[in-house]
Amino acid sequence: MDSGIFDLAGIDISWCPGCGDFKILDSIKNALRELELTPHGVVMVSGIGQAAKTPHYMKSHFFNGLHGRALSNATAIKAANRSLNVIAVGGDGDMYGEGGNHFTHTIRRNPDITNLVFNNMVYGLTKGQASPTSPVGFRTSVQVDGVQSRPFNPLAASLVNGATFVARAFAGDGEQTKEIIKRAILHKGYSLVDIFQPCVSFNSVNTYKWFQENTYTVEGHDEEDLRKALELALVEEGPFPLGVLYRREGVPVFEDTLAAFRNDDRPLFRREAPRKAVKELIDSMCC
Amino acid sequence: MRFSALKKAKDVCCVLCGAAGLGIQTVEDMLARIIVDEGFFVFGSREYMSRVRGGNNSTEIRISDVAVHAPLDRIDILVALSPNVRQNIRERITGDTVILGDRELLNGELEDLGAFFIDIPLSKLAKEAGGKIYSNSIAAGVLLGVLGLGTEGADEFYRRRFAGKDDVIGKNIAACATGHKLGLSISEGEGALPGRRANAGAERMILNGGDAVSLGAMAAGCTFVTAYPMSPATGVLSFFAKNAEKAGAVVEQVEDEISAINMAVGASYAGARPMVTTSGGGFALMGEGLSLAGVMETPVVVHLSQRPGPATGMATRTEQADLDLALFSGHGEFPRAIFAPGAMESAFAITQRAFLTALKYQTPAIVLTDQYFMNAFYNLDPGSLEYLKEPPLPAETPEGYRRYEDSPDGCSPFGVPGWGKGIVGADSHEHDEIGHVYEDFELRKRMQDKRLRKLDGMAAEALPPLFFGPESFEKLVICWGSTIPIVREALSLLERSDTALLAFEQLWPLHGGTGEFLARAPFIVSVEGNSTGQLSRLLRSVFGRGADETVLKYSGLQFSVEEAAERLGAVLSGKGGSR
Repeated sequence: MDSGIFDLAGIDISWCPGCGDFKILDSIKNALRELELTPHGVVMVSGIGQAAKTPHYMKSHFFNGLHGRALSNATAIKAANRSLNVIAVGGDGDMYGEGGNHFTHTIRRNPDITNLVFNNMVYGLTKGQASPTSPVGFRTSVQVDGVQSRPFNPLAASLVNGATFVARAFAGDGEQTKEIIKRAILHKGYSLVDIFQPCVSFNSVNTYKWFQENTYTVEGHDEEDLRKALELALVEEGPFPLGVLYRREGVPVFEDTLAAFRNDDRPLFRREAPRKAVKELIDSMCC
Repeated sequence: MRFSALKKAKDVCCVLCGAAGLGIQTVEDMLARIIVDEGFFVFGSREYMSRVRGGNNSTEIRISDVAVHAPLDRIDILVALSPNVRQNIRERITGDTVILGDRELLNGELEDLGAFFIDIPLSKLAKEAGGKIYSNSIAAGVLLGVLGLGTEGADEFYRRRFAGKDDVIGKNIAACATGHKLGLSISEGEGALPGRRANAGAERMILNGGDAVSLGAMAAGCTFVTAYPMSPATGVLSFFAKNAEKAGAVVEQVEDEISAINMAVGASYAGARPMVTTSGGGFALMGEGLSLAGVMETPVVVHLSQRPGPATGMATRTEQADLDLALFSGHGEFPRAIFAPGAMESAFAITQRAFLTALKYQTPAIVLTDQYFMNAFYNLDPGSLEYLKEPPLPAETPEGYRRYEDSPDGCSPFGVPGWGKGIVGADSHEHDEIGHVYEDFELRKRMQDKRLRKLDGMAAEALPPLFFGPESFEKLVICWGSTIPIVREALSLLERSDTALLAFEQLWPLHGGTGEFLARAPFIVSVEGNSTGQLSRLLRSVFGRGADETVLKYSGLQFSVEEAAERLGAVLSGKGGSR
């Protein structure tokens, strides 16, 4: 298979040199390639932020929507055409802040989509303000006395809301990140991969070195044990576990439970107006 | 001969009122069917409080020899099922109104009003029939007896409505029979309807506004409906939820209206024909998503069912005050179409048209209704419902496909991901023809021009306003949406040979011929269900000519024919008195 099948030529990438996003982009493209997917079968969906630019930097179908709304877009794209591999990408501000409500309810809905969150604990695009995952005390030009709010815990939040695949990766380890993304894509249902990622411009606390020193790969635990997964997710001070924390197979996915597909497998774009059914309904409304 | 006066009237207007939860709607459904079965025309409308139990709601049922499409103030027969009848009903009682009610329950209320008060011991009879819940069937029976109609239709209705519950069917039939016997004795064998000319024509379909919009959407091939429940727009969501399999449509109640519109845009990108249904507050939350549909060039239909604002306003009441919101919602500039059907037939056709417009021009289309219209119904000939030609399904994309390829009419070939050899992109930023974000001032201008050029085609296809009245007129009345049939009937009562009506079912883009009508009118009056005259303002901004006088209603209730006639009459005869 062509090793560069997902590469897009002649593009001007606007990420800062050394940004963790480059490594994640490689991991995504490698994962897709190794799964033998093609650009015509994948839709990259995103909102706004540095991470949300990813769909513009690779070859596949792409939908770059509004800030925080990628999961709504992605759920609908998957429901409209179940044969597509739909991947929603964005940063911690996009997915957990602006899109927090959709994050919660997409988990509950369990569509068969993959959610990659580039978590660098800071706002990059707007130049360095705190994000929902910034640590308490983190000083910025807006949080001048340091962050007061406690950081959002995406792993624990997704677990308690019924996520069927929860994982954490570190952008610095491209091989492991790629493997986790592959498993997330293969998982039937909503899968969250929160990817620790250093911001070289605005986060001088959570650096490559800091992540290396404060993470470890979790091995040998029962991935289907929710309580164990929660225990791993609830670690506050680190070291933080990397890997697949939890998965649950066999939970019905949103789009497969819809009446629209009960007796009709066609994607929505292939459906003609049901004029006969309209006429039958009208008949039933006659005296 | 208590009802002999009614025999001379053109129509009979019955109002049932009572607490929420008493099953007035069941009576409304049943009576409408029986009346149509008997060969009459029926029109109904409903007003209700924002509560599930208690309060006092009312349903008007107008029975006529000829087609009627508008509510009256006049009440010929009032059936009061609960005490504390509200002022909006009390003030409609005249010296000719016959009032039926339970003296014990009403405790003397209403007795000094109307032509006379007839005691029907509802509580006592309901207890005998099996409980309070049967009081609606007793009242229905009384009304059937008073009107001089039989109970066969009611029996049939109960058998269908409660199929499988023999006990419930039996008790309802018995309760209705008890009421009917009482009704016959009240009318002394001289019911209000017998002897009138019965029509028994093809008008056998009873259609309300919510179902008319839903059926129109389904006929257009709507395959995706997302919404957050909100009065008065929820009926369309319920319709699609109930008929999702038949419609082949994905239907989902989502976490908020922001998700509703963003799902719709996502689904549209993937080739679905989406619709969201909401009211003003929810639509306000959709503003950014509407703008997204504009720049992404994704077809989306919005059903915006209006209720009084600002903010929460009056949740279950009606108003026409969101025309401005529909016109100006969403940041930036992008083409949109706005429709406002005035009749059930046009709601069916216009909702299809909204889809056709959205799909052809790959941009949002908004259908404006309101609480009054959603709940209003009348009988019509299903053969009169118009089916528009269905738009084509997306074609396969070729290699090198460009989603935003420039074209003379601004419309690019519509492709979807996973269908063909092309890569399909969509972007909320300003973008190049492939859909990638690209900051270039020339490109920006070119793409903005491309999108706005679609408005030319949309304007050329715009529905002309409906014109009624003499070709040479001195005075022109304008109105839009749900008030159209009301104003028409009001004008027919006024019998003015110098006055014509120009009624708008498409508000944006406006038909180019509109300006000529306005320019020819020495005097223009706008009748609108809002407090500032939004249609008049829109026409003035586009054509330089708006209304000289306005007749506005913004109490939360719809105009009645009489109110529209009285207030229009005063303005048209030069006696002024706008508000």
